[in-house]
Amino acid sequence: MPYPSEFKYSKEHEWVKREDGTIRMGITEYAQGELGDVVYVELPQVGHQVKQGEGLATVESVKSVSDVFAPVSGKISEVNQALEDRPELINQSAHEQGWLCCIEMSDPAELEALMDAAAYQQHIGSLSE
Amino acid sequence: MSAKSGQTIFDLGRPGRYALSLPELDVSARPIETLIPKRLLRQEAPRLPEVSQVELVRHYTRLATKNYGVDSGIYPLGSCTMKYNPRINEQLARLPGFAGAHPLQGEALSQGSLELLYRLGRWLSVIAGLDETTLQPAAGAHSELTGMMLIRRYFEAQGQQEQRRLILLPDSAHGTNPSSAHLAGFEVQEVSSDERGMVDPVALARQVDERVAGIMLTVPNTLGIFESDILEVSEIIHRAGGFVYCDGANLNSIVGRARPGDFGADIVHFNLHKTFGTPHGSGGPGAGGIAVEKRLVPYLPVPLVVRREDGQYALDYQRPQSIGRLQAFYGNFAVLVRAYAYIRMLGDAGLREVSGGAVLGANYLKERLKKIYRLPYDRLCKHEFVLSGAGLAPEVHTLDIAKRLIDYGIHPPTIYFPLIVHEALMIEPTETSSLEELDEFVEAMSQIAKEAQESPELLQEAPHHTPVRRLDDVRAARHPVTVWPAG
Repeated sequence: MPYPSEFKYSKEHEWVKREDGTIRMGITEYAQGELGDVVYVELPQVGHQVKQGEGLATVESVKSVSDVFAPVSGKISEVNQALEDRPELINQSAHEQGWLCCIEMSDPAELEALMDAAAYQQHIGSLSE
Repeated sequence: MSAKSGQTIFDLGRPGRYALSLPELDVSARPIETLIPKRLLRQEAPRLPEVSQVELVRHYTRLATKNYGVDSGIYPLGSCTMKYNPRINEQLARLPGFAGAHPLQGEALSQGSLELLYRLGRWLSVIAGLDETTLQPAAGAHSELTGMMLIRRYFEAQGQQEQRRLILLPDSAHGTNPSSAHLAGFEVQEVSSDERGMVDPVALARQVDERVAGIMLTVPNTLGIFESDILEVSEIIHRAGGFVYCDGANLNSIVGRARPGDFGADIVHFNLHKTFGTPHGSGGPGAGGIAVEKRLVPYLPVPLVVRREDGQYALDYQRPQSIGRLQAFYGNFAVLVRAYAYIRMLGDAGLREVSGGAVLGANYLKERLKKIYRLPYDRLCKHEFVLSGAGLAPEVHTLDIAKRLIDYGIHPPTIYFPLIVHEALMIEPTETSSLEELDEFVEAMSQIAKEAQESPELLQEAPHHTPVRRLDDVRAARHPVTVWPAG
């Protein structure tokens, strides 16, 4: 399974890639597969402050509408505008082109609460049983 | 039939045809410019269909035969409760006194209608085990919003609006719950379900503090399971100073048997179309309503229907603490007449049979179908249960099972909800399904399970026998075409 080892993962199926004091995030390959074809993404505004665990974006597929939660607290520094016209990027490339946003972390220690790739794969293994 | 199946009314006819003959003019003709200011007149003729009467009738009759409704056959759409609407409800709603009523005719000429609203409100309060009912909300989600606004107004009156910011919601909740709480200005916090599919009181107690304004809880929950710890859950919330909002979407499985007020609810909403047999969905309009306990009564929307000391019924607007008006006039009145008729016809004993029949039918299906499909939460259910379509065969999904059911002449159940079940198939037969009909459904589901293994393409390419085959729902959502002609 394509879960990069340099990423961190949340139980709610967000991936997090650290880029110095900022993180880039999106939803995982597993999450996009569960959602099915994504038809709409509601992104946060740049500059918006989020707290860990708070909803920051919404991903809508033909099956359902799901909240995406902030894996860390901080300020939204960048969002993936390309998703507005091409939400399917999340299905095609969940871990790269389908990224959702970047957050300037206010407390990098929060990253420690997240899982590494091996733990995450175990987590999703337990869900599909 | 198929040649014309994709045509709209605009594709039919020829210029100059018309379906109705207007009577001859009985006043003198005047040029339109003398009646309507010129700037308001359109420059081009409107594009209206030009069809003969027989073309018109055949077109809409053809469309009507493509519909599938509760009058066509079994409709086990979980969560939605597509129950049969007794015909007497329709007859009574068409009585000239009700059908011809006008909201501006005044109280004196509306005594019968007001009495009906008053009595229906009283009955619903009794059914809920609470103190007062408003029938103003237009349907379920509107009722939720009303309830959330009441809680907010209550805490504003107590000066606690800054502190009481949080509404708790289980992860199995209807999607409308978080939206309603959010729209009323609350923050939403999720409560995880335990392995039984219910709220775990121990975990809840840890999550609750003085910021909690309330919990929104669907009882029975969206897995069709009665929250057996509900008394403890309510007590935890009440001890913390919060309110218990019972989402009454599933009231049809406990009506006449358990009263939300008795298990701790401070507010409960009614989906009259689910529990009390009024028309549903696009056959609506819907009708809601909420019952509340006495602390919240002062904040109910205006007007409230009251009975004056002299026995006259009236619309009370003198409610200074009210959250205000939520709908024009007084709700969807003709729908409320149907709900009144439903309760009146069934009475206490009849309503108990409604909930009994709904629960019996669902458990019968569950027990038979769990031998063929996965049942993640295997417990005694109420009016509905959730199977998983996973694991039937490789590359066969719940969507394929649902589409194949259409070929068997059965409306598919709700799919992919609730989210906590993988590949969910949510089945609710309602109390109006006979044993033969339930068996027919089991037979179709068994056949489909067999086909999934033997010839999965039958499912993957379904439906086969409908005027249009499987629709491209992804493209429809990404590139919706909402006007005719397209482009």
